[in-house]
Amino acid sequence: MTSSVSHANAAPAAHEHEHHDSGSQTVLGFWLYLMTDCILFATAFASYAVLYRNIATGPAGHEIFELPYVAVETAALLLSSLTYGLAMICGHQGKRQAVLGWLAVTFAFGAVFIGMEVNEFHKLIAEGHGPNVSAFLSAFFGLVGLHGLHVTAGLVWMAVMMLEVARRGLGERTLVRLSCLSLFWHFLDIVWICVFTIVYLKGVL
Amino acid sequence: MFGKLTLDAIPFHEPIVMGALGGAGLIGLLVLAAITKYRKWGYLWTEWLTSVDHKRIGVMYIAVALVMLLRGFADALMMRTQLAMATDGAMGVFPPSHYDQVFTAHGVIMIIFMAMPFMTGLMNIVVPQQIGARDVAFPFLNSLSFYLLVAAAALVNLSLGVGNFARTGWVAYPPLAELAFSPDVGVDYYTWALQISGIGTTLTAVNFLVTVLRMRAPGMKLMQMPIFTWTCTWANVLIVASFPILTGALAMLSLDRYLDFHFFTAEAGGNAMMYLNLFWAWGHPEVYILVLPAFGIFSEVVSTFTGKRLFGHTSMIIASGVISVLGFMVWLHHFFTMGSGANVNAFFGIATMVISVPTGVKLFNWLFTIFRGRLRFEVPILWTLGFMVTFTIGGMTGVLMAVPGADFVLHNSLFLIAHFHNTIIGGAVFGYLAGFTYWFPKVFGFRLEPKLGKAAFWFWQIGFYFAFMPLYILGFLGMTRRLNHTNNPAWDIWLYVALFGALLIACGIGCQLLQLGVSIWQRKKLVDQTGDPWNGHTLEWSIPSPPPSYNFAVLPQVQDIDAFTDMKEKGTAYAKPASYAPIHMPRNTAAGVWIGGFTLALGFALIWHIWWLAIVGLVGIVGSMLARAYDDDRDFYIQPAEIEATERAAAERRALAATSA
Amino acid sequence: MNLMMKRDRHCHPFRWLLALAPVLLAGCQGGILDPKGQVAADEKSLIITATLLMLLVVVPVIVMTLVFAWKYRASNTKAVYTPKWAHSNKIEAVVWIVPIIIVCCLAVVAWRTTHKLDPYRPLDSDKPPVNVQVVAMNWKWLFIYPDLGIASVNELAFPKDTPVNFHITSDAAMNSFFIPQLGGQIYAMAGMDTQLHLIANEAGTYHGMSANYSGGGFSGMKFNAIATNTPEEFQAWVAKVRASGSKLDAQGYLALAVPSENNPAAYYALGEPLLFQAVLHKYMAGRQSLAASAEDIRLAELTRVLCQTPLQPAAAPKE
Repeated sequence: MTSSVSHANAAPAAHEHEHHDSGSQTVLGFWLYLMTDCILFATAFASYAVLYRNIATGPAGHEIFELPYVAVETAALLLSSLTYGLAMICGHQGKRQAVLGWLAVTFAFGAVFIGMEVNEFHKLIAEGHGPNVSAFLSAFFGLVGLHGLHVTAGLVWMAVMMLEVARRGLGERTLVRLSCLSLFWHFLDIVWICVFTIVYLKGVL
Repeated sequence: MFGKLTLDAIPFHEPIVMGALGGAGLIGLLVLAAITKYRKWGYLWTEWLTSVDHKRIGVMYIAVALVMLLRGFADALMMRTQLAMATDGAMGVFPPSHYDQVFTAHGVIMIIFMAMPFMTGLMNIVVPQQIGARDVAFPFLNSLSFYLLVAAAALVNLSLGVGNFARTGWVAYPPLAELAFSPDVGVDYYTWALQISGIGTTLTAVNFLVTVLRMRAPGMKLMQMPIFTWTCTWANVLIVASFPILTGALAMLSLDRYLDFHFFTAEAGGNAMMYLNLFWAWGHPEVYILVLPAFGIFSEVVSTFTGKRLFGHTSMIIASGVISVLGFMVWLHHFFTMGSGANVNAFFGIATMVISVPTGVKLFNWLFTIFRGRLRFEVPILWTLGFMVTFTIGGMTGVLMAVPGADFVLHNSLFLIAHFHNTIIGGAVFGYLAGFTYWFPKVFGFRLEPKLGKAAFWFWQIGFYFAFMPLYILGFLGMTRRLNHTNNPAWDIWLYVALFGALLIACGIGCQLLQLGVSIWQRKKLVDQTGDPWNGHTLEWSIPSPPPSYNFAVLPQVQDIDAFTDMKEKGTAYAKPASYAPIHMPRNTAAGVWIGGFTLALGFALIWHIWWLAIVGLVGIVGSMLARAYDDDRDFYIQPAEIEATERAAAERRALAATSA
Repeated sequence: MNLMMKRDRHCHPFRWLLALAPVLLAGCQGGILDPKGQVAADEKSLIITATLLMLLVVVPVIVMTLVFAWKYRASNTKAVYTPKWAHSNKIEAVVWIVPIIIVCCLAVVAWRTTHKLDPYRPLDSDKPPVNVQVVAMNWKWLFIYPDLGIASVNELAFPKDTPVNFHITSDAAMNSFFIPQLGGQIYAMAGMDTQLHLIANEAGTYHGMSANYSGGGFSGMKFNAIATNTPEEFQAWVAKVRASGSKLDAQGYLALAVPSENNPAAYYALGEPLLFQAVLHKYMAGRQSLAASAEDIRLAELTRVLCQTPLQPAAAPKE
């Protein structure tokens, strides 16, 4: 409990030895949750690996993927991980405004990513390449959509955290939550690298 | 406005269903009226429903499990009755449209809504006490997990009166479970109920893993954790690793059904066999999730009632771990008949057989715990001995089915049904009932009446053999599972015997309920003032029964595997400290109830395509979570004076018991 | 009674398990312990071998449980009591090694028999096999004899001592094709062509069924498998089918595909030799491996016809 910020949600220092030393426990718990999420993604990847050849009457990957477009998406998400890292550094230094700033930048990058993904999905469906066409497209929409849903949830969470930081400052509990979101965000970044490699790169090459 | 939901969804034309609904409704009304009459709503709400105390949550889990046991067992009786009547070309009382829901519901309820909550309930009650902790790592999350289970169980029960349940078997294999073959809401009830309870289970596992990793009493090394805690921990590892696969598979099935995806459909390149693989990649670890904690219970019981240290504690932990790891490498044995080829089948068959090695080791370890012990034939030990004999047979038939050449004729037959009931009843259920009797005095401060307990055991045990040995024979005679009616005179006698066995088990369940009632009635006579009625080995017996909300006034110092025996021998048990420090406790919260309620609304809305209600449910869930996240009034301190008073009262009761004994 | 005596031999090794021998033995007839063909006989002896092998551990465990429980009961104060004794390297070694040895033996048995009894392995015989294509439908079995130009519903015939090669698929939910007295089962799955090789060594009529639940009419999804005494009897059956049956072409198949329950046996002359392939292809459009075979225009055309049935919404045409 090195947090110098005095705040309502910081536990009384007299009971440091207590069991309910929440911080590290919460992060460990969240990390375990991420492992379950990892297996969920593994399931989605496995289904994609099984189904990607089953294109039925629809197109194959190389006919619909636009690598430059996806590269921009990827860059946005990777950059957002970097900016989130900067937000965390500022968080540990107690710089509230800087944290808010970096979170806003991260949010913007994340929103760009999601916006581009929604646009890609919309375009595919409009061209008649929706998930109902073939097992390949089902698996594609399922896997990429699962990641997209996670990023969207992350964005909602980030918005809430920005409000929390703005209104309550950087108390210990807030920092723990920021750390969890940080894990989540970086995790999604790693998953996306796998998506990019296995779905897009492999699909086009 | 109400999506697909119309008045036609209520099965007015089915007298059996309406009768069951009426009966259940009447009992429900009586319970509600009784609560109102005795003005217990406030007590129920503040002391139980909103509680984040792991012991109370555990009790509520077991209450749900017992209610669902009755429902699932009613299904079992209906099936046995139908099959005993519908012989030689007769059609019996249940047409396939109803009967097929019954066997689906029976499987789902017994696995997901009876065995899982029973196991989770015992784990909730016992694990924190065994490791000398005051609660679990995330008390609110624990409450939330419970209400997710309740929401899911409510959905399953709603399907009885509103719409229908799946007619697919509990595995819901596509393409049968796809919209093309199952266009009504049954499969949707199935997917959402499993999905919601599965998320709850996953959260519980995360919670308990952090608990055992971070909250053990000072001095307790990992390898010194009591064996029940260890087996639960392995089960939790399995849950964390396997339930997300189920989540994924069910999500894909839902996408197929709701948004016209083609993961598992027969056409457009979907692959139904992928569902089988995913389902059993969860489903096989799931049976170890059920049975490992039961193994732990037997270990505790054998050690306690022989008055002896458990033989091969480390070996037990390793064996459980080996079972857990191997449990992930055998899923294909559920469908050798898919035609995977001899090499693949042989690999998975042999991997399955290997599991019998650590399982056999466990059995020998129990045997050598009894060896040179002083075995007291209390009810929990009866369940244990019954288990050791019964489960051995079930294990053997399991290994037999792991031989692909044999499985080709035994697969999907009643031999298979007999086998898995042999292991799940003879293993898991006997274990939970042993644990129920063993830890009951810890939770409530009085024992269960032993005579009725013994009667329950014998009815269960003998009933089991009458109900399931005939199914082995029927399997040999070529009878397959999920038949609605039969036309083979050679089978008849065995179907009658199986019904008789089911009725014996019904008597066993009756005795169990009677035992509960009689014990409550005679609780003064059966009272346990010591907190240690069985001369236990582990920390839960070192505290009063029922334990105070904080469990341990002072965190115990652990120096041995049998921590409490060690303290009793060194004379440090019940030592009174010079002073007490304030204890930090989580405050009760209704957030779990709200989230569970909104989840129920969301699930119901999704099943019936009532989109506005789905949005209400979703917004409600997120809103409740946010409200909880920014509720600053979530904990409090119990002051030393109060602890002192509680502990003194307990010490006096203990002293009184010691003098009167 | 003679019959009962005969069954006795088949059931013998299981007496311990059932303890209900007299009633049981009469009832073994017609099950997997009453095999009528080489495959089923091998599977039965495998079951017996494996069971006996496992009994080497199982019986001692059960006996030890009862004996130890009795001997070390609390009231028997003469028995040795060692409350702290909890470890013995010797015992640990034995309880790990003995099961490992038995599992090793079982593993060898399993590996060999799995290959020997692989349903995909053609049976050794000097006689040419009978080829049968099997389609699981809602809720009946269609048997197509491509070489003989006939088809039948819920009845199947072949001469004894002649290998039968099955190719199995489904035009409905998943089923499992199973004739208990002749040997193991294999799944029938839409868009998949699974194989099974069986033989009957005794003439007779054997029960066949679906062993995997497939919906409302599942319980009535039974058929008779007739093993004829001589090839001539089989030829007579073939002639009967060819003569008495109507023609099974694409339209006839579509009419048959309408869900129905408890169907009696029916006979057809096969009007469409590619019928089985077309049923398979109905669900295989999505698989690249088959894109090459689309050159078979006739097959593609037939598949298209089969896909058009409004009663199979799963197979709505994709333009």
